[in-house]
Amino acid sequence: MQASPASLIAANIACRRGERLLFRRLSFGLEPGQACHVTGANGAGKTTLIRALAGLTRPFAGEVRREGALALLDERTGLDPDLPLGRALAFWFGMDGASARSAIMARLRLEGLAEVPVRYLSTGQRKRAALARVLGQAAPIWLLDEPLSGLDTASQALVADLVRAHCAGGGIALIASHQPMDVPGMTSFAIEDFAPAGSDEEEEA
Amino acid sequence: MIVPLLRRDLAQFFPFTGSGAALPVVFFVAVAMLFPFAVGPDANLMAKTGGGVVWIAALLAAILPLEKLVARDIALGFFDQLRLRGLAEEAMMAVRLLAHWLSFGPPLLLATFPAAALLKIEGETFRLLLGGLVAGTPGLAAIGLMIAALTASLRAGAALSGLMLIPLALPILIFGAGALARQDAASLGFVGAISLLLVAIAPFAAGAAIRAAREN
Repeated sequence: MQASPASLIAANIACRRGERLLFRRLSFGLEPGQACHVTGANGAGKTTLIRALAGLTRPFAGEVRREGALALLDERTGLDPDLPLGRALAFWFGMDGASARSAIMARLRLEGLAEVPVRYLSTGQRKRAALARVLGQAAPIWLLDEPLSGLDTASQALVADLVRAHCAGGGIALIASHQPMDVPGMTSFAIEDFAPAGSDEEEEA
Repeated sequence: MIVPLLRRDLAQFFPFTGSGAALPVVFFVAVAMLFPFAVGPDANLMAKTGGGVVWIAALLAAILPLEKLVARDIALGFFDQLRLRGLAEEAMMAVRLLAHWLSFGPPLLLATFPAAALLKIEGETFRLLLGGLVAGTPGLAAIGLMIAALTASLRAGAALSGLMLIPLALPILIFGAGALARQDAASLGFVGAISLLLVAIAPFAAGAAIRAAREN
């Protein structure tokens, strides 16, 4: 984070799922301290965009440029379902060399759940556990895919707090969600605005 | 990063610590136990065919852990998270291969002792059997890993992987069991060579497979 400032740039990218083009000519750049909210209906391509930005899939066209480590939150927690939450998180904390583990657990109100196997956790608890993993990673770039779904009001406010603190500390956050989130200075775009006009096969070449 | 990953993978797959991971070994011994009941207590016949039965049991035992080997961690997003931390898929699969072999090879070798006793396999034949399994199980593990990674995103992946492993494992079986029939230790060299080749390509093939699985 100190060496070269973090950045996340999408240059004219297009993504498809199967044979269907979901969006094209999508460009944006995010610099330290900036947050961006991607809106869109289910199936519009938010998750596809996030996975392309994370470098897990290659965009159909265009290019993603990224400077700095990246943390991803999506519906897959990456936590072993058979392990108690404490040990499942300890694996990732160890991988990331996380400090202040108990502070992270306390922040996300997970202390009481450390002995509970991950598969017994509710949707909201699992999401909070995944957020703890993201915090432990201490990456400058956050990609959050539906971070608010399944959370109660208090936890939703907590997520907004975390994003605000992350951006105030010079972090970048890109949030894909159909729910609003209150983060000062957050830009926003709807992924549908980049959907190909008319029918599917617009760009064949 | 590699060491904690190996420790985690081993905890997942090692017998008695992982969920139901002792099953292949139990299955292996069960086959060796049932065979004398099925063909009758003819010591001569058993000494002749027992080694082949152990090999077939080892092959079938290698199929059992495949279902959980890769598909579960893909669904969990586990490999995605490792990728974000800069670990190559090939490295993840190399670690997985080592953990898979450690959790099924050595326990199987240990189980060969009671199995051989049940089947009246002794002396030189026993040594050839054990040597063949030492040389062959890494190859079986490598085939298993490749198949598990390739079929991970398929709906009927588990059933398919069993069918796919059998023809691919034939060379190992032919040379491994062949060494017993001819009392010929040179065949074990072939088993080892096949295993080495498979172990060398498995991380790359499996790594490419889990990368490809992300596209759908």
